[in-house]
Amino acid sequence: MSPTTDPALLVLEDGTVHRGRAYGARGATLGEAVFTTGMTGYQETLTDPSYAGQIVVQTAPHIGNTGVNAQDRESRAIWVAGYVVRDAARRPSNWRSERSLDEELETQGIVGIQDVDTRAITRTLRTEGSMKAGVFSGEQAERPVAELLEQVRSQPSMKGQSLAETVSAAEAYVVSPAEHGWAGEPVARIAALDLGMKAATPRHLAARGVEVHVLPATADFAAIQAVDPDGVFLSNGPGDPATADRQVQTLREVLDAGLPFFGICFGNQIFGRALGFGTYKLPFGHRGPNQPVMVKETGRVEITSQNHGFAVDAPRGEAVEAPESRYGRVEVSHWSLNDDVVEGLRLLDRPAFSVQFHPEATAGPRDSLGLFDRFVALLTEHRDSRSARTAEGA
Amino acid sequence: MPKRTDLNSVLVIGSGPIVIGQAAEFDYSGTQAIRVLKEEGVRVVLVNSNPATIMTDPELADATYVEPITPEVVAKIIEKERPDAVLPTLGGQTALNTAIALDKDGVLEKFGVELIGANIDAIELGENREKFKGVVERSGGESARSAIVHTMDEALQAVKELGYPVVVRPSFTMGGLGSGMAYDEADLHRICGAGLQYSPTSEVLLEESILGWKEYELEMMRDRNDNVVVVCSIENVDPVGVHTGDSITVAPAMTLTDREYQRLRDIAINVIREVGVDTGGCNIQFAVNPEDGRVVVIEMNPRVSRSSALASKATGFAIAKIATKLALGYTMDEIPNDITRKTPASFEPVLDYVVVKVPRFAFEKFPAADPTLTTTMKSVGEAMAIGRNFTEALQKALRSLEQKGTELSFDQEADPHALLAAARTATTERLAQTQQALYAGATLEQAFEATAIDPWFLDQFMLINEIADEVRTAGQLTAQLLHRAKRHGFSDAQIGQLRHMDPAVVRGVRHALGVRPVYKTVDTCAAEFEAFTPYRYSSYDLETEVESHESKSVIILGSGPNRIGQGIEFDYSCVHATMALREGGYETVMVNCNPETVSTDYDISDRLYFEPLTLEDVLEVIAAEEASGGVLGVFVQLGGQTPLKLAQELADAGVPILGTSPEAIDLAEHRGEFARVLDNAGLIAPKNGTAVSFEDAKRVADAIGYPVLVRPSYVLGGRGMEIVYTEEALASYVEHATEITPDQPMLVDRFLEDAIEIDVDALYDGSELYLGGIMEHIEEAGIHSGDSACVLPPVTLGPDVLDRVRTATEQIAAGVGVRGLINIQFALASDVLYVIEANPRASRTVPFVSKATGVQLAKAAALIGVGRTLADLRAAGVLPSRYDGGTLPIGAPVAVKEAVLPFTRFRTAEGRVVDSLLGPEMRSTGEVMGIDKHFDTAFAKSQSAAGGPLPTSGRVFVSVANRDKRTLVGQAKRLVDLGFQVVSTGGTAEVLRRNGIPAEVVAKIADAGHEDGAGTVLEQLHAGTVDLVLNTPSGGDARTDGYEIRAAATSLGVPVITTTAEFGACLQAIEAQRQFEWSVTSLQEHESRLQTALDDQAGERAAAEARA
Repeated sequence: MSPTTDPALLVLEDGTVHRGRAYGARGATLGEAVFTTGMTGYQETLTDPSYAGQIVVQTAPHIGNTGVNAQDRESRAIWVAGYVVRDAARRPSNWRSERSLDEELETQGIVGIQDVDTRAITRTLRTEGSMKAGVFSGEQAERPVAELLEQVRSQPSMKGQSLAETVSAAEAYVVSPAEHGWAGEPVARIAALDLGMKAATPRHLAARGVEVHVLPATADFAAIQAVDPDGVFLSNGPGDPATADRQVQTLREVLDAGLPFFGICFGNQIFGRALGFGTYKLPFGHRGPNQPVMVKETGRVEITSQNHGFAVDAPRGEAVEAPESRYGRVEVSHWSLNDDVVEGLRLLDRPAFSVQFHPEATAGPRDSLGLFDRFVALLTEHRDSRSARTAEGA
Repeated sequence: MPKRTDLNSVLVIGSGPIVIGQAAEFDYSGTQAIRVLKEEGVRVVLVNSNPATIMTDPELADATYVEPITPEVVAKIIEKERPDAVLPTLGGQTALNTAIALDKDGVLEKFGVELIGANIDAIELGENREKFKGVVERSGGESARSAIVHTMDEALQAVKELGYPVVVRPSFTMGGLGSGMAYDEADLHRICGAGLQYSPTSEVLLEESILGWKEYELEMMRDRNDNVVVVCSIENVDPVGVHTGDSITVAPAMTLTDREYQRLRDIAINVIREVGVDTGGCNIQFAVNPEDGRVVVIEMNPRVSRSSALASKATGFAIAKIATKLALGYTMDEIPNDITRKTPASFEPVLDYVVVKVPRFAFEKFPAADPTLTTTMKSVGEAMAIGRNFTEALQKALRSLEQKGTELSFDQEADPHALLAAARTATTERLAQTQQALYAGATLEQAFEATAIDPWFLDQFMLINEIADEVRTAGQLTAQLLHRAKRHGFSDAQIGQLRHMDPAVVRGVRHALGVRPVYKTVDTCAAEFEAFTPYRYSSYDLETEVESHESKSVIILGSGPNRIGQGIEFDYSCVHATMALREGGYETVMVNCNPETVSTDYDISDRLYFEPLTLEDVLEVIAAEEASGGVLGVFVQLGGQTPLKLAQELADAGVPILGTSPEAIDLAEHRGEFARVLDNAGLIAPKNGTAVSFEDAKRVADAIGYPVLVRPSYVLGGRGMEIVYTEEALASYVEHATEITPDQPMLVDRFLEDAIEIDVDALYDGSELYLGGIMEHIEEAGIHSGDSACVLPPVTLGPDVLDRVRTATEQIAAGVGVRGLINIQFALASDVLYVIEANPRASRTVPFVSKATGVQLAKAAALIGVGRTLADLRAAGVLPSRYDGGTLPIGAPVAVKEAVLPFTRFRTAEGRVVDSLLGPEMRSTGEVMGIDKHFDTAFAKSQSAAGGPLPTSGRVFVSVANRDKRTLVGQAKRLVDLGFQVVSTGGTAEVLRRNGIPAEVVAKIADAGHEDGAGTVLEQLHAGTVDLVLNTPSGGDARTDGYEIRAAATSLGVPVITTTAEFGACLQAIEAQRQFEWSVTSLQEHESRLQTALDDQAGERAAAEARA
């Protein structure tokens, strides 16, 4: 239980070097340094595929206190490129804990660093913006700093990176309502494009009676049609939405077909692009469980969990005609109260909406679970009208 | 939703005197509320009987009523002021209960007054346990299994179902008063029996035991748009079983997964909606079973609470301020976060540090009290510390307590089994016992089995222990080792103890190695946004956030955790100083560690350092301020003994001390030198001497004669002070005194019997005196001045005495070399004026004097400290030019200060209340002021505010010591004339009857069953047929009838008077209450009456001169 004395270094693109001790696996890792402000839910954060390619700095000092368990992971693996904490737990304490986070990181080969001034690093990222970084531990920490910095700077920027397809499930699978406590017949069937989807999302849908056919990120419209869905879902995921041309094209076909659509996070950005809006990179992103969002429809505030470095560039205020005018009127349905960034889009003339934040929470508050109910309502409405049409046609 | 435009005038109800469970936090919240209301252009009417509060400063509210907070009095204020609304959620349970009563009585409806920030149904849902259980169920939560009972029989029946141990909670009491854990039937009779009496609705809840579960609290806010946020999560290190006010608590929660935390959040939000909390803050407590995560909702408070103050200080989210805005109709998204300025208040703060709160107890004041911690709150104050991790915050918090032995120590020889056996019972020692047991070899599993403290915390104690070993065994202190120890909160003193080095040497080594703290910012958002408020805490980390400042800073050292003898009164002076200095263009810096106070509000000073007030921590703050722009000087005279005892060491370290110099402070404390000051002035002190041993003390006592007053030097609140009548008692005192060393000898004074005590607060600028006020004590000398009622201006002292007091005060102030405030206690015996002691610092009575005379003494003192003269201050309007506190004209209001005592809180191990006798050791937690045209009504108000109104008819039990019998005759006669029935036991009754005063005789306790008739005095008390008790003790009779009678009366809430002097005042008050209609007058009205009186006086003088 005595703490490791193996040295570790966090090297930032601007030349800042933080010296600490190794955490998790020993070695070298590169990625985009970002900070997240969650005080609980490190396991969910680590296993959220949206963090692929990123070195995550936890602003909360104590990490690992409740260990790691089988239920709280959001995907099959830890995705962060590297992990930066101040005070790593020496001993986990929770009745669900199966092993320590330190062990888990090591098993999964995640290079981390502890005992560094995470607040100082966060302040740098806030003022200078998210930046390229590397964590070097064990023997790697003994290399000359100049060399490490060179390696950090030579990695590609997050801007322009296409990562969703690398984290997506390789094979299609089905999440059935029965697995999640739904007793009756399924109320609808959807195709969900896994761009780095968190496990909580299909769980919430299935618990509402929706049969979720999860498809790989590369699935095209034909593959979606093959499922004969009542609607389509596009998940969260990592990388620059500007690179997701394939998914933008697929989504346009979905919309053109009049299928109900719901998107989260990356899905929101693809929806924005499909409507003809641009996307841009935020200086340091929104990452945390305490992000206030104004809901246009109710005039109320929801506290949301967020994790995004890119955002849709759409006008707030009254609904406008979408740049892709065939989709009719679109409104910014949600926006951030901290910085006015677009947090949700909704078509007024078609059954399609999306949010930039994470209504599925985990980690984070569950203020916005109602969005899943809304999607289910759209699905059943659509299905009923379709069957009505079919009946008329018959 | 924007602000409502129909609220032009709002009545704010304060929380009254400081009592256990309801302390300075409500001054903090109330002050914020009043400021917000004023900013919003609302006329503010305030009622609060506590003069030591910032909120009752006359410049804050438009009409400030220092009147008893009773439904009757508040109704009169409403009738007079006709506010549009009442805001009752910021004054604790007192304000809430008053509002409920006003609603029930129909007063609110009659005068068309709306309750804002609360609705009665929600309060009742939240506080009525049975209804609340339903709420919890409908919210998807679970409550502990329980039963509501109204009688003992019902209780016994219910326990058959629930099993022992069972938790007993009376309804509608504050701070958990009367609640406890019953392990068997005897316990149940005792605790539940008392609980049925405490509850105003005679209702008690019995509950299955969830002892040993993890305990959590969430602080919530809701606005009228139904937006709800969690401001802070708090985890108790002490598992369920200890009142959260008495627990060591941590923010944020440390041992919850997100899944579990969100479950608590979901339930909390559902509960707040289901209860229908109108707008504002509330808190919810949970228990979580460590075995399986089962969650039980313990309770909620639909108002701002002690925890809200803690959560505000812990997060930077100003709950009371925002709650007030919400009550005015704003929604959270319309209110900016003060700290980030750019983001709204509708968010949930995230912390990148750890906050630890530790309670401070006062069991040393109540030796008979059982120190076991239960679900009844017993702590009198708290300290909070912020660190970048738990160990740093915990150790900083422990040293912030300033009590011997609270810093963790490391003894390898200790017996781990004995320690763990002791740690099974929750006491103030449990944390140290657990940590030391682990140090001495107990395993974590053993410690968990004994204490149920979460293993994560236990592991943190082990981490501290491991570092202690590293420090102890290292070859030498390296920068790396020091940094590691510091990073986990070790003080120089602890390191010194481990290395057998002087702390100053450790500091020297540390500085030489460049191991210094940095200062981080509390910013609500973990650095996600820029912070504009310099609210700082120290940490041994990489980057400091202290920014350079242009003008040199004036540093004010606060008073640390509240304790008996050093409470809110000292915070008041610190706050006034920073206000005055900021107005005067100075940059001020506050250092303090008490989360309850106004001084630790982040916008009171230019910069706030939330730090322990030890020499080490203070020197580091000064160094940081020095390095970032310079320090003009430090005030140590405003925060009581805490900063005062640092004066010399700070000066030795080259820190400029503003105001009275350390040498002058020392001179006043030093017997010999102070005697020379008195000699030079031709003044006398009671005969006295100093002693370091019993032989010494005996010699002194023999020389000056018994009785003698004995005490350690350098104490506040009369700690360890006793009146000793015999040599045996003296021997016993010396044997038990622990704080006597050759450096700090004990003081032995001739005790003056039957003397009138006089207290003076004054300002001196080096050449001129401003007499702030002369207070005449109601009780004779021998009762600690903090526990004694007093009146200002004096009502029985002649002008010649006042002149002698003034002259003596000036001579002492000049002789000592005061620059600022001085407090002097005199005793007048046989018309001889004795000087008892002089304290060249802000005293406990400064706020009372300031409120009574309308002059802000602490502000003036701060300005004198930076070089202003009294003449400057008069010219600037800080001090009045026509009068001072010693020359108040006839027609000036009369103010009475009365102490509030916590006897009902403390039980002996047998479950009896502790004795309510007053003595030279201070035991009151707070004070109230009654102010009116004349003494009698002012005194009546003070009594009503302190403990409830005096009876105006009924039966009075009298039993007095021999020396009081003469005085009693006249007083008893008057009682009878006023229509009271006088009841007495043997001796006293005989005296009265011989004097022709009808007195009913009751049996002494020992004679129970021997006589016919109405039974013993105890039985009568229990039967509720006695309305007032006068019982004066005859030397050392604490175990006799007197104690039994006082204890019974105290626990039953019957007023007990223990001196004939105070009884005389009571008689005046009772008469006045029967004669006059109760009238309410604001401080602002009193001020204008005073000005009129001054005009009249000036007119009379001019006329007299004209005649001459």
